[in-house]
Amino acid sequence: MLKDITLGQYFPVDSILHKLDPRFKIIFTMILIVMLFAGNSMWTLAIGGIFVLMAQLLSKIPLKMSWKSIKPILPVLVFTAILNLFLIDSGEELWSWKFIKISEGGITTSIFMIIRIVLLIIGSSLLTYTTSPILLTDAIESLMSPLKKVKFPVHEMAMMMSIALRFIPTLLEETDKIMSAQKARGAMLDSGKMMDRAKALIPILIPLFVSAFRRAEELATAMECRCYRGGEGRTRLRQLKSEKRDYIGLVICLLFLTASIAVNLLQTGG
Amino acid sequence: MAILKTEGLTYTYSAGTPFEKTAVDNVNLSIEKNTMVGVIGHTGSGKSTLIQHFNGLLQPTSGRVLLNGRDIWEDKEKIREVRFQVGLVFQYPEYQLFEETVYRDIAFGCKNMGLGEDETKKRILETADMLGMERALLNRSPFALSGGQKRRVAIAGVMVMHPEVLILDEPCAGLDPKGRNQMLHQIRDYQKKSGSTVLLVSHSMEDVAEFTQKLLVMNHAKLFCYDDPPKVFRRAEKLQEMGLKVPQIAYVMGELRKKGYNIPQDIYTVSQARDVLLKLLGKGAE
Repeated sequence: MLKDITLGQYFPVDSILHKLDPRFKIIFTMILIVMLFAGNSMWTLAIGGIFVLMAQLLSKIPLKMSWKSIKPILPVLVFTAILNLFLIDSGEELWSWKFIKISEGGITTSIFMIIRIVLLIIGSSLLTYTTSPILLTDAIESLMSPLKKVKFPVHEMAMMMSIALRFIPTLLEETDKIMSAQKARGAMLDSGKMMDRAKALIPILIPLFVSAFRRAEELATAMECRCYRGGEGRTRLRQLKSEKRDYIGLVICLLFLTASIAVNLLQTGG
Repeated sequence: MAILKTEGLTYTYSAGTPFEKTAVDNVNLSIEKNTMVGVIGHTGSGKSTLIQHFNGLLQPTSGRVLLNGRDIWEDKEKIREVRFQVGLVFQYPEYQLFEETVYRDIAFGCKNMGLGEDETKKRILETADMLGMERALLNRSPFALSGGQKRRVAIAGVMVMHPEVLILDEPCAGLDPKGRNQMLHQIRDYQKKSGSTVLLVSHSMEDVAEFTQKLLVMNHAKLFCYDDPPKVFRRAEKLQEMGLKVPQIAYVMGELRKKGYNIPQDIYTVSQARDVLLKLLGKGAE
């Protein structure tokens, strides 16, 4: 059934990483990304690896979940590895056949790339595993608030995001209902040729759109009735609060970043 | 003769997960041909899950559903045929309309059945008349209609398939009292004319008391009983425990009986009550 689709990736367990201020978690993720992309040697990757491993252990998210987030990008991984393997021509030539060559540099770069992408995925999915979508939008709003100065509608964007997230389960349920209703009238949804199947979607999509518009309008009216008028002077139910542990986390992150930059400099220097 | 039978029908949602929930538990039923059946039960008692088994939208976790003596899941390929024989109208069916005109929307089921144009037209006009829809309505967009009219169009879309069993889930929800009454009368007329079996899911005890010949009561995923309405209503206390009631007029009659008036048992509709009271008053005047 459609209801079984997991929404967002939030994995609710009780861990220190779950409790951290979502704004800090976004910043930590950004630091990790910088660390991984600025690094140019296996040593920097090792530092990133330790960082991700530490976060993974702290988050109490089962390793199985991380594997789940890597699985969909496996083809991309293989593709990058192969491209690097054949296209990079540096160091000792190990094997060649006609115009195809594999060099030592190619092998190291492929491995380097794979590790980099895997760390990147595991690290950033930890953010979505430990933070509920609603908190995430709140944090994005808060982090983007300086943009208000240049008249960027930060609050409106965040509101749109949270409303969209809120209505995904509702619309899925609605789709389920409409599908059942049309099946009861003999609609064939899961058989037939490509064209027939595409046509079979019409009786589902039209009622779904109609109801989405209806809901949107009802919601807008309800918001108007409660005098909603945007972000100005609005208080919130969930206050984002940063505590000591968030700053400790930040210090640790910065230490890792410094270490990785230092290693980078040493490598290029030496 | 029984048209619809269930044997040990059980359905469990999300089996094998922490969210496991048995929505229908070992239901054994036998519904006769040419009857109007009321389906009642508290919210979450398993009514909706049960009726979705009758036309094969849900497949039982265990147990069987028999239509005319044949297991509907005997041949998975033929489940679509079952859906033509057992029509199901969901709650708020107006949200399933999608065509450009009312006519084409009602024709959707016929098209899926593979009926010819002449037959389709004949059936649509007949159904429209039965539900009191004007001919001019058929060429309008279903989205331009009022709530009650949309509801009729959606119900017509299932009736037009001439199912042997027609199941309606709360067909009167959200209608005004006049609309309710009209709708229920039309459904009963349809049942009588077509000689089919109609299952009416309802929250209103007054409605089922007046319009149905049998009552199917669900309670906590189990079948509480399937019996004649008076016999069901006699167990008023038990019904109340389940969060259900008997028709309001029955309470009035009960109070009058307590006051010592000579009122017979089993008065569950307003018209019965009126006759009884008139008789009482008539005697009093003599």
